[in-house]
Amino acid sequence: MNKKGNTIFFENAPRITSFAAVCGSKESEGIIGSYADIALSDDMYGESTYEKAECKMLSTAISLAVKKSGYKENEVDVLFSGDLLNQIISASFAARDYNFPFLGVYSACSTMSESMLLAAALVNAGYINSAVAATGSHFASAERQYRYPLELGCTRPPQAQWTVTGAGANLISSGGRGVKIVNGTMGRVCDFGVTDVNNMGAAMAPAAADTLIRHFKDTETSPEDYDLILTGDLGALGSRILKDLTWEKGFDVSEKHVDCGEIIYKVIESEFQGGSGAGCSATVLNSYVLTKMSAGLYGRVLFAATGALLSTVSSGQGESIPCISHAVQLEN
Amino acid sequence: MTGRTRENYNRNYLEYVKTQDPPTKHFKNCLAAFGVGGFICCIGQFIRYMLGYAGLSGDELAGSTSVILIFIGCLLTGLGVYDRIGRYAGAGSIVPITGFANSVTSPAIEFKTEGWIYGMAAKMFTVAGAIIVFGVFSGVIVGLVYLFL
Repeated sequence: MNKKGNTIFFENAPRITSFAAVCGSKESEGIIGSYADIALSDDMYGESTYEKAECKMLSTAISLAVKKSGYKENEVDVLFSGDLLNQIISASFAARDYNFPFLGVYSACSTMSESMLLAAALVNAGYINSAVAATGSHFASAERQYRYPLELGCTRPPQAQWTVTGAGANLISSGGRGVKIVNGTMGRVCDFGVTDVNNMGAAMAPAAADTLIRHFKDTETSPEDYDLILTGDLGALGSRILKDLTWEKGFDVSEKHVDCGEIIYKVIESEFQGGSGAGCSATVLNSYVLTKMSAGLYGRVLFAATGALLSTVSSGQGESIPCISHAVQLEN
Repeated sequence: MTGRTRENYNRNYLEYVKTQDPPTKHFKNCLAAFGVGGFICCIGQFIRYMLGYAGLSGDELAGSTSVILIFIGCLLTGLGVYDRIGRYAGAGSIVPITGFANSVTSPAIEFKTEGWIYGMAAKMFTVAGAIIVFGVFSGVIVGLVYLFL
């Protein structure tokens, strides 16, 4: 059995054959701007609602990933996707445009790494040859579902993050060229009792720390063995907490750790702690990071997207925020 | 729901998170709220004077001033300006009547995509509903106190 602890090892090393990212206008001003395949000038993407725009971004990313891989649409075996909207409507509505099967997943903002882990597992086991993993989010649709109407004149607390408008997809297949997925650590749900919905970084940091530490132990590696340890959307505050939490357990990630949320925006001012949302890690991974990896700049990357598994109902009822983080290890 | 009660929250962690929290800039926020809120009130007073010159008085004058301010609040919301003022001014632009107009108009715009009746009309008061309920309620309390004094 190729499993140790909570980490499963892919001895056949499935590969990320192609990747694609679509990002919004605000995101295109930052680090991923020149790496994303499409940068939107209009956040409505020519649609009548923000939800339709989110869905269109996701399907554009999926189509681009399939196209770039050289696979024909009928050769793709399955699509793993999910998003932040209720009943994962963006993902399932995007999937109706395709002929291949769709397995919907929900893991909040860690949907990207969960999809990749599942896709890699199926490919590695030989059940399928190719799978697409995709996710996305939209600032306006997330605000509407989780917070207030867009035009409401209220202040944002300093712990707040900004939901990323963007979508990312990659195609994982059994052979060919591309970045390898070597193993994956399945996340456990962690809840330290943070109830403040504006402080996602603090809520998610323990989950990220838990997964990273278990990953290091299961794979018998240390943070120094990686070129980059990439978390999803902890933001500036959550990243600080993560470094403290891992340091306490004897793993110093401070040198190698980068958080997608922290780097996605050019000026962290009105966004406060940085970006968040499923699209945050999806766009950064599928543009900047994988491009750099393909070019050989990073040899070994640990990608651990983080998700807060709350809903407006649970937070309204005063429940604390359970969080999760799934990790996949990528190698050149 | 089982298991997670306030007793098994990680107290140490929550205490630690508090020490890491970026501080809210209370002084700067209060100053911005005072400045912008005061400015909105000055505009209201200006409108009142103008209407007074035009010959209105009493309830008509107060009512007309409010209507004009509400209109300005709605218009600025529709133009996408009011949320920017609000992000800067906080309570300064929420407390005046223009803020109330904003809290009704913004969900109306937002939920229009779900239809005119169940979307716009039904969800128009998602934010302002609370203001109305507690406004009326505190009005009743104050009225009763006034009655017995």
